[in-house]
Amino acid sequence: MNRTPILEARGITKELGEGAGKVHALRGVSLKLHPGELTLLMGPSGSGKTTLLSILGCILSPTAGTISVAGESADGLGPEGLADLRRRHIGFVFQSYNLFPTLNALENVRLALDVRGARPVETIARAEAALREVGLGHRLRNFPRNMSGGEQQRVAVARALAGKPSVILADEPTAALDSENGNSVMQLLSQIAKDRHHAVLAVTHDPRTHAYADRIMRIEDGLIISDDRPADTSRNVTKIDVSKKRKANA
Amino acid sequence: MIVTLAFRNLFHDRIRLIVTLIGILFSIVLVAVQLGLYLGARKMIIGMIENASGELWVTSYGAKSFEEGGILLTPRERHAALSTPGVKAAIPLLVTFAEWRKPGGGSTNAVLVGTNPDDGGLAPWNVVKGSTDDITAPDSIIVDTSYLDDLGIKGIGDTAQIETGRVRVTALTHGIRSFTMAPYVFTTLNRSRSLLGAPADAYSFLIVRLEDGASRERVRDALRARLVGTEILTRDEFRDRSLDQWLFSTGAGVALIGGAILGLLVGTVIVAQTLYSSTKDHLSEFATLRALGSSSGYIHKVILTQAGLSGGIGYGLGMAIALIVVALSERTPLPIIMTPGLAVSLLLLTLFMCAVSAISAIVKVTKIDPAMVFSK
Repeated sequence: MNRTPILEARGITKELGEGAGKVHALRGVSLKLHPGELTLLMGPSGSGKTTLLSILGCILSPTAGTISVAGESADGLGPEGLADLRRRHIGFVFQSYNLFPTLNALENVRLALDVRGARPVETIARAEAALREVGLGHRLRNFPRNMSGGEQQRVAVARALAGKPSVILADEPTAALDSENGNSVMQLLSQIAKDRHHAVLAVTHDPRTHAYADRIMRIEDGLIISDDRPADTSRNVTKIDVSKKRKANA
Repeated sequence: MIVTLAFRNLFHDRIRLIVTLIGILFSIVLVAVQLGLYLGARKMIIGMIENASGELWVTSYGAKSFEEGGILLTPRERHAALSTPGVKAAIPLLVTFAEWRKPGGGSTNAVLVGTNPDDGGLAPWNVVKGSTDDITAPDSIIVDTSYLDDLGIKGIGDTAQIETGRVRVTALTHGIRSFTMAPYVFTTLNRSRSLLGAPADAYSFLIVRLEDGASRERVRDALRARLVGTEILTRDEFRDRSLDQWLFSTGAGVALIGGAILGLLVGTVIVAQTLYSSTKDHLSEFATLRALGSSSGYIHKVILTQAGLSGGIGYGLGMAIALIVVALSERTPLPIIMTPGLAVSLLLLTLFMCAVSAISAIVKVTKIDPAMVFSK
């Protein structure tokens, strides 16, 4: 496996709010995502999962620390610079799918390519290919309202895939799905990581997803507390001693 | 995809779309009617001057407009004009308000235009019954079909009285309307003097035609030096003075233009309100677009396209109604005019109005936090 990280975060801290209401959402998170791996990020509510996902996805800027995606640093970039980085390197899958209700499946995927400046003919071909890849070749013209939750999430995966990103970040991708559809979506994400050599990070609470993970990271109180590789024969769990960090950040 | 997304966003909420379109439609009809009335008024005011074939006009000092020429000029001015180098002809014209007594009783004001068409200065145009030459027939008067009812007559052969003299209709024109509501009636120069009891050689204006190659400015300067107590105006200057008198001194033009501006403002506010609420409803979608990496410019284009589509559809509907109003106004005393130039200007105005309306929506979307895509 290629061990060059495709996404690297170092010493990420994030403070939200001001004055007495200030919250330390992240307290010095460092991690690397590698191509070909499906990583799960787990943790209780309020642990900082979504904030970390937003920062890794170049949607939020950290208070301190650095992010680099595909060798490009996000440091000091303004909103447009971050958008450009997302456009070129990051694909998102959201818990509530976030499909455009007025567009059909094909158009939803084409839109993600259109914002990347692809030519219309190219967007059609690539969107069709992405939808076929997720098993929706027969549902191209269907609108989200006529699709099941599982199918909608597959459209969202196809939308993330179509832009050929280096990293796919998924926020609770199975939370709104039944067991069958949840498994099917996780299988798809795992397959994408392997076949297309993408780094996939999924934030999840769902224990059913463990079976598909190459790596499971746990976050608590804004710190990564463990980094586990369940499929690894050595079953090495990297327990991270966070007590010093906690004390330092307290 | 920008047009597709904008179109679908627009048609997603039909009720809101209808409200938007009605707002634009009313705005366009209002602006079209106001500006069409302005153009119609303008055409009526300058019609006589535009149809006279002369480069310069000699008027008494302080003449306000074609209809209000002031004190009458004398043969002395005409002779002086004719002897000025570069002047080919100085054609006298008598124009004044006069009382028209209807054959069935009652009276109304008319603008009596005394002219000899053979002189080549000003002749009735758009003659639809009879001919211009009929003006020389005994007691002849030429009137416009639009004013037959106002003048209390039915057509050719009918008689009436101007001041104290009898006149008989010998020809009819179509579309020579008067902004003052007092119809233009044409007769010969001598008959007009006789009807008014004016001196035999009196006239209101001289229409000056220049010799080929003569400089208009030089001739004008020479005439100014020779004709003391008169004004020498180019056709454009006289036209502007008449417009200024009737449209701006009376406040009519300001009211028309003010109405048009009001229409634009109403349209802008309605479109802005509906675009803003549409953007607010689609905020999560715009946040998703932003999270997918779209530039803010891309989202602005979606909103502007929405605005443009609303404007285009609203313009089409508004113009259709405006054209019906224009057609219905054709026979009224103040017809509304729609020209290709006005139609294009209205389209540009509508698109501008919609673009301005989009500002509030764009400001809203600019403040969007793409992190809201993670809110459950």
